Amino acid sequence: MIFELLQEQLFQLALVAALLVGLCAPAVGTFIVQRRLSLLGDGIGHVALTGVALGFLTGTAPVLTAVIVSIAGAVAIELVRARGRTSGDVALALLFYGGIAGGVMLMGIAPGGSTAKLNSYLFGAIASVTVEDIWIIGALAAAVIAVVLIFGRELFVLCQDEEMAKASGLPVRFLSLLIAVTAALTVVIAMRVVGLLLVSALMVIPVATSQQLTRGFRTTMGLAMLFGVLASVGGLLASTYSAKVPPGAAIVLLALAGFVLALGVGKFVRRGRTQESTLSERPQLRVEEIA
Amino acid sequence: MSETAFAMTDGRVSFDGKPVLRGIDLTVCPGEVVALLGANGSGKSTLVRTLLGLTPLTGGRTLVYGTPPARFRDWWRIGYVPQRLQVGGGVPATVREVVASGRIARQSRLRRTSAADKAAVASALEAVRLADRAGDPVQSLSGGQQQRVLIARALAGEPDTYVMDEPTAGVDAETQQLLADTLAGLVEAGKTVVLVAHELGPLEPIITRGVVIREGRIAHDGRPPRPEGDCARPGHEHQHPHAEEPVGGPLTGWQGEPR
Repeated sequence: MIFELLQEQLFQLALVAALLVGLCAPAVGTFIVQRRLSLLGDGIGHVALTGVALGFLTGTAPVLTAVIVSIAGAVAIELVRARGRTSGDVALALLFYGGIAGGVMLMGIAPGGSTAKLNSYLFGAIASVTVEDIWIIGALAAAVIAVVLIFGRELFVLCQDEEMAKASGLPVRFLSLLIAVTAALTVVIAMRVVGLLLVSALMVIPVATSQQLTRGFRTTMGLAMLFGVLASVGGLLASTYSAKVPPGAAIVLLALAGFVLALGVGKFVRRGRTQESTLSERPQLRVEEIA
Repeated sequence: MSETAFAMTDGRVSFDGKPVLRGIDLTVCPGEVVALLGANGSGKSTLVRTLLGLTPLTGGRTLVYGTPPARFRDWWRIGYVPQRLQVGGGVPATVREVVASGRIARQSRLRRTSAADKAAVASALEAVRLADRAGDPVQSLSGGQQQRVLIARALAGEPDTYVMDEPTAGVDAETQQLLADTLAGLVEAGKTVVLVAHELGPLEPIITRGVVIREGRIAHDGRPPRPEGDCARPGHEHQHPHAEEPVGGPLTGWQGEPR
């Protein structure tokens, strides 16, 4: 009885975490994909591992240290990107390797560190999410959604056309840092659910799925958030059927399956669309010919 | 004293030590319709980008409505039409979404889209005859239609000055004529226009001044002769001598320009 209740609470925590990740990651992901930075999440994920290990080493909550280190990493990545030098590519690679190697090394040294713990951050361990984790994840998710709501209009212009953003007097440098920092927060939110190595999948796959079916930016983001939630909750449910199913991998594979499905459906949608537009153009041409 | 839209003094720009602009003096007064002309690589695109502060000057100075671009705040006064539409990383955006983004300089962060925003977007879409495509993704439009989206985006912002980088390049005759008609309306409303062009085509009659750039310098400035600083005179009447004799005259300089 007590055991079952415990199970129940664990599941509730996991469900909340999955919901928050499913909502936030694709929302930020839409801007990031639009900005051609699909791999940004991967980079931040690598760096965040060092943050997690620092938490174990210093005895603070790994989620908090991961937030700090991944924000620092995201800012560094953005600064390198903004300089736009070819050497920036190599600089980023060095940062990523350093992040993973530093994380593994520090985790080895840390008193409570073990390979199992390392794995739970690399590949996610949604079943071990604590109440404290949920509070932090909830606060981060609120921050991410607030950024999207408040700055969405400006971020759309920035991610669509940076020059245009500049010529409209938008604070381009601030907004670029904002999107990078928001991505860092999202990585930390998703870290417990799908793991640092698969974090980016939830930022990119639902967006790629959604854009097969949509015409506009707003609808793409909305639908991507729906797909994100479906994948993360669906993957979590799948993992409750068998202990052999790792939730993180199940979530990502489910998202990928959705993408393949949307690819097929999207072809039909687009075919219908082109027919529609040729039909609507013809009468317009005739009117002009008469005039 | 009335303000100037743009004022560049001894503007110099070099890329990796190679000079692209070599001392440009250019003042654009309100109500002028200035065509920046020149061969490819003459520096005309760099010049408009510098006027907007998108490319920093390496020497000299430039002012937008009396303020250096870095400190300029009233960006709603400027409507920039870039050479081509950036579609980003493949996330679709509808024609209406892109056109509505032209309002960004007029919108405050926490305010929702207002009725005025919606009306401006609707009339901009009407002006470029894309109202029936408003819900379609911009990625699905032809090059000429995308150019019209860019113009509508600038129109939606209801600026005082339009800056257009080759709005007629690679655009079908119909869109060129549409652009000319739209510009004529703007000129009538007293707007200022600075546009880069390779050839003027149907725009010719509305241009009041042709500035030819050659190797980073102004080789010819076809401004109709009138006393210096008369744009500073409040309430002055603008003469449009080119409207009466559209071909030849001060613009002949660029027509024999090598490509």
